Amino acid sequence: MEIMILGTGCSKCEKLEKNLEVALKELNIDAHIEKVDNLAVIVSYGVMSTPGLVIDGEVKSIGKVPNVKELKKMLGK
Amino acid sequence: MNIFTWLNDQLLKMKWLWDLVELLVEKVFGLSMGTRIGGSIHFFIYDAIKIFILLSLVIFIISFIQSYFPPEKTKKIIGRFKGLKGNIFGALLGTVTPFCSCSSIPIFIGFISAGLPLGATFSFLISSPMIDLASLMLLMSFFGTRIAIVYVALGLIVAVIGGIFISKLKMEKYVESYVWDVENVDIEIEKMNHKDRVEFAKEQVKDIVGRVWPYILVGVGIGAGIHNWVPQSIIERILGKGNPFSVLIATFIGIPIYADIFGTIPIAEALMAKGVGIGTVISFMMGVTTLSIPSLVMLSKVVKPRLLVAFVAIVTLGIVILGYGLNGFSFLLI
Repeated sequence: MEIMILGTGCSKCEKLEKNLEVALKELNIDAHIEKVDNLAVIVSYGVMSTPGLVIDGEVKSIGKVPNVKELKKMLGK
Repeated sequence: MNIFTWLNDQLLKMKWLWDLVELLVEKVFGLSMGTRIGGSIHFFIYDAIKIFILLSLVIFIISFIQSYFPPEKTKKIIGRFKGLKGNIFGALLGTVTPFCSCSSIPIFIGFISAGLPLGATFSFLISSPMIDLASLMLLMSFFGTRIAIVYVALGLIVAVIGGIFISKLKMEKYVESYVWDVENVDIEIEKMNHKDRVEFAKEQVKDIVGRVWPYILVGVGIGAGIHNWVPQSIIERILGKGNPFSVLIATFIGIPIYADIFGTIPIAEALMAKGVGIGTVISFMMGVTTLSIPSLVMLSKVVKPRLLVAFVAIVTLGIVILGYGLNGFSFLLI
């Protein structure tokens, strides 16, 4: 699974990464997490409110930090 | 006393809190309100608590409204309008789009890549940090409805006219070229229900209060210092109505500083009490909120120096003209 966190290193992005790690561990999913801080790339996903979360090329969440439960749901699909 | 005056005094101006802190200062600390130390401690405690209560409440309400206008949607709305209308909608939506200076650059790139005119984008970028519904409510509480409305109305005018100037100067070539290469992508925005919006609003309160509290305490501290320790004569000489340069001085002190309206209000309040003109105070507040060194550093990543200089010059000029205009007409306001 390819996961991208879109954001410019704000505190919210770090929180998202932590939640994501917990969710992945609980679901036992092996995923590659890439942090993207290049603004041109971020916006090219249509995201303007960071942090954004992209799972397998699809934007799943913008402008907020989903909690572990929400993340598990997004990862499950 | 009619019910509206009472409501205004107790709810917006929080007279109960004023009385309560007065009791604390006089009975618990044993300090007279008339002394400098007693007066400044009262100012600090009362203002700090009042701002935090108002801030939490106001951010909650505003965020709820803002959840209807994420930047991804704002982009589509502004895109529907051309010319002057684009500037006006850019300025108006700047007041309701959730905004922190860290998101100004992705918003800038997103707007430009969506083909929005540069002028409308700048109208949005000027109005966003300068005015929002939260500042309107805070200003109402501290300075009364009339000044609050004047601040918002004039802020919108600066944003619209500033955007028009930038579009007239045809400065598109001074936007960094990579910005034009970004492809415009519209994403499906997830639908939020009522519960999601409440949740979003709560998160925003936590996030914003957590981020701005140090600025507020510094602002209240400076306010308390001005209020009780700096002699009136000094403030009057520098910023008073007698000094023809007062607005210029206030604007140029305000510009490099990075703070939002919440930290600026206690300073403005103390300056007003010292007899500084309303125009001078508003120029100071607009200078602090709209332009700052960190925000210009960020903006310099997407625009070339010439456009950056034009932007700073236009906004500064707007703020200065406004300040002098308001000082001239202040008899209508107070």
